[in-house]
Amino acid sequence: MNRILPVLTVVLVIVVLWYAAAVQLNKAWVYDQAERAGEPAPGFGALVGLTMNQDRPVLPTPHQVVVELAKSTFGMAVTSKKSLVYHGWVTISATLLGFVMGTTLGVLLAVGIIHNKAMDLSVMPWAIASQTIPILAIAPMIIVVMNSMGIQGLIPKAIISAFLSFFPVLVGMVKGLRSPDQMQLDLLSTYSASQGQTFWKLRLPSSMPYLFTSLKVGIAASLVGAIVGELPTGAVAGLGARLLSGSYYGQTVQIWAALFAAALVAAALVAVVGAVERRTLRRMGMAR
Amino acid sequence: MAEPVIVARDLNLVFQTNDGPVHALKDVNLTINKGDFVSFIGPSGCGKTTFLRAIAALEHPTGGVLTVNGMTPDEARRKRAYGYVFQAAGLYPWRTIAGNIRLPLEIMGFSKAEQEERIAQVLDLVELSGFGKKFPWQLSGGMQQRASIARALAFDADILLMDEPFGALDEIVRDRLNEEVLKLWARTGKTIGFVTHSIPEAVYLSTKIVVMSPRPGRITDVIDSPLPKERPLDIRDSAAFIEISHRVREGLRAGHSDE
Repeated sequence: MNRILPVLTVVLVIVVLWYAAAVQLNKAWVYDQAERAGEPAPGFGALVGLTMNQDRPVLPTPHQVVVELAKSTFGMAVTSKKSLVYHGWVTISATLLGFVMGTTLGVLLAVGIIHNKAMDLSVMPWAIASQTIPILAIAPMIIVVMNSMGIQGLIPKAIISAFLSFFPVLVGMVKGLRSPDQMQLDLLSTYSASQGQTFWKLRLPSSMPYLFTSLKVGIAASLVGAIVGELPTGAVAGLGARLLSGSYYGQTVQIWAALFAAALVAAALVAVVGAVERRTLRRMGMAR
Repeated sequence: MAEPVIVARDLNLVFQTNDGPVHALKDVNLTINKGDFVSFIGPSGCGKTTFLRAIAALEHPTGGVLTVNGMTPDEARRKRAYGYVFQAAGLYPWRTIAGNIRLPLEIMGFSKAEQEERIAQVLDLVELSGFGKKFPWQLSGGMQQRASIARALAFDADILLMDEPFGALDEIVRDRLNEEVLKLWARTGKTIGFVTHSIPEAVYLSTKIVVMSPRPGRITDVIDSPLPKERPLDIRDSAAFIEISHRVREGLRAGHSDE
């Protein structure tokens, strides 16, 4: 209860501010219409009414977004091109594939970095450099190059997802695999443990809290990557395509509904990773 | 009759640091016999931990000879000559107490059946039977340290090296564990190397007390304790005990005076 109240308060404040902003931003169109019709400008009460349910508002009101979200999620057959479930699934599948690819790459690079001096010195700067490239610049390149190789659809988007999500996993795992202190390593060396035994019995389990923190960042980044990857494909399918087609046709309500769908998907994905994290760390006796 | 287990001859160990070389051990000569309980005592920087680590092949001497069971420390390690107990218990939080004791046994390739047998045996030895299924966080600090001693004993090393094992514990727990270590030593007949900076602890436990001093780290006195093997806690009020304590204190002071 004492957690719900503050959250509700913040939500309420946001909704109030949103409605106020909607009135402010959408009133220009109302005044414009009145002027064309030769009518006097409407008073405040009428103005509020006229800004609430416009077809193409500058800023849709919260209830418009919610209605659109509900309609395109529950009101359509899931195979319909207007269904957010359909588009959401297209995006989620690319996100998950990219997440798995990115996580695998990140973990493998981290394992290489901690075991190999040359990789330690060479890989990290490149990994950091890769993340300074604007993803919007590189995404179309990947799509175009892959397309010329005859690969379309899921894979190119997943690659863009992986490009974004490998980095937090790499950074977190390098830190995590190096987290055992000298005493722990000394202990294993008094047992004459091999490098492999040290890795499986000490380094990997020690890195789990770091891994999960990275995975939460990584899966959100994967979703961003998948959505960005959908933009240059020409608005075929996916939440990114919904965003793009919405902006082509000035369908602001559709854009906002897709935005919220993306945010909800991101929250759900992070929550799933969080649940796996709690379960795993509790079973490992490492719950914090 | 006394069989030498650890022998150091003119042992030197120099660390190269950014501030120049540090002479951690200088011309150390020492013989530890089978079944000895040897304490190393001295202020920080006197090389007592470094010497213990050199025996365990965690540091490598830069001069002189060091043998363990007649072998180099590296060979002795491969032959599982010693178990090492660190200042912190360092139990893996994701393993149970039994699982932690199983760790060296897994690494050394003991069979499943033998693992279980040894775990039960050493848990009994440190009086932790019935705690095997607990996780480390469910145990007190003293119990955790006992579990780490059990872990060091599990693979039957003849030498037990302990680096300030009770340094982080309060005095009451420490007294009890000291008593238990003595019992353990009497029951198993192991050779024990024990680093401490507590004079009463060193005198209470040891058959041989090695007093060390810093800059450069060296041995200033070696005291063979005349105390009997059987030592109740109140032996610490006896005249002999106080006399040895006095000699240790003098040795420590002498080491400091030339600074």
